[in-house]
Amino acid sequence: MSKIDLQLAHRSVVKNMKKRIERQTLHVYLEGELDLHNADKVKETIDIEIDKKGIKNIVLHMDDLTFIDSSGLGVLLGRYKKLLPLGGQLKIANVPPHIYKIMELSGLPKIIEFL
Amino acid sequence: MKVNKLVLTFSSLPENITISRMLVSALGSQLDLPINELEELKVAVSEAVSNSIIHGYKNNPEAFVTLELEATPEKITIQVIDTGCGIPDVKQAMQASYSTDPERMGLGFIFMQSFMDELRVESEVNRGTKVIMTKYLKNLQPSH
Repeated sequence: MSKIDLQLAHRSVVKNMKKRIERQTLHVYLEGELDLHNADKVKETIDIEIDKKGIKNIVLHMDDLTFIDSSGLGVLLGRYKKLLPLGGQLKIANVPPHIYKIMELSGLPKIIEFL
Repeated sequence: MKVNKLVLTFSSLPENITISRMLVSALGSQLDLPINELEELKVAVSEAVSNSIIHGYKNNPEAFVTLELEATPEKITIQVIDTGCGIPDVKQAMQASYSTDPERMGLGFIFMQSFMDELRVESEVNRGTKVIMTKYLKNLQPSH
């Protein structure tokens, strides 16, 4: 494992999570690893925007996401399910190939739009 | 035959899932596993340890999970052991979408099965669960 891998593995997806709102769409930039350790924090951070700011459309940018497992995928599916009755949409952008492979196995690309 | 064994026992805390993954990944790297297979090993171990923490111990941080790794020239065997509540019906638990929580996908065992060559689950109610996963190492040397 290279030094860079170790640094990325240690990086908390939550601590480095950047957000911006553009034309009523929330853009969230996920960095590092999304697993059980930070699933709840990511969920809470996004849900506050939906519940308090009335955000209905979200784009999750995954350029710098290094790892995801079923706990992380659960967060994505949960946000999709939350936005659906609000008439909103969740989109996922720039997924690294090794992460897309895991998403594909889960069937997520069949219901969520990938950019 | 050279056998390399590693045993790590850690508190049932979500932050230790990262450490489990790093250990498996480091061992896999030493054995020259290709990157895509390292990623698969990481997902499999992540699912097994998450299961122990969430289901086996119901998020009790005072409990312990043990990760046992064994590498030979032929294969890597990963065991994830907890002494938690156990699984009443292993066959049912291993089916897709067994999870009843809408925030969880119930894909843990599916990922373990897909990414490893062998998966065995031994469980006893109120005694605990042992997940044994094997990945066979392909011959990476050209045959000529």
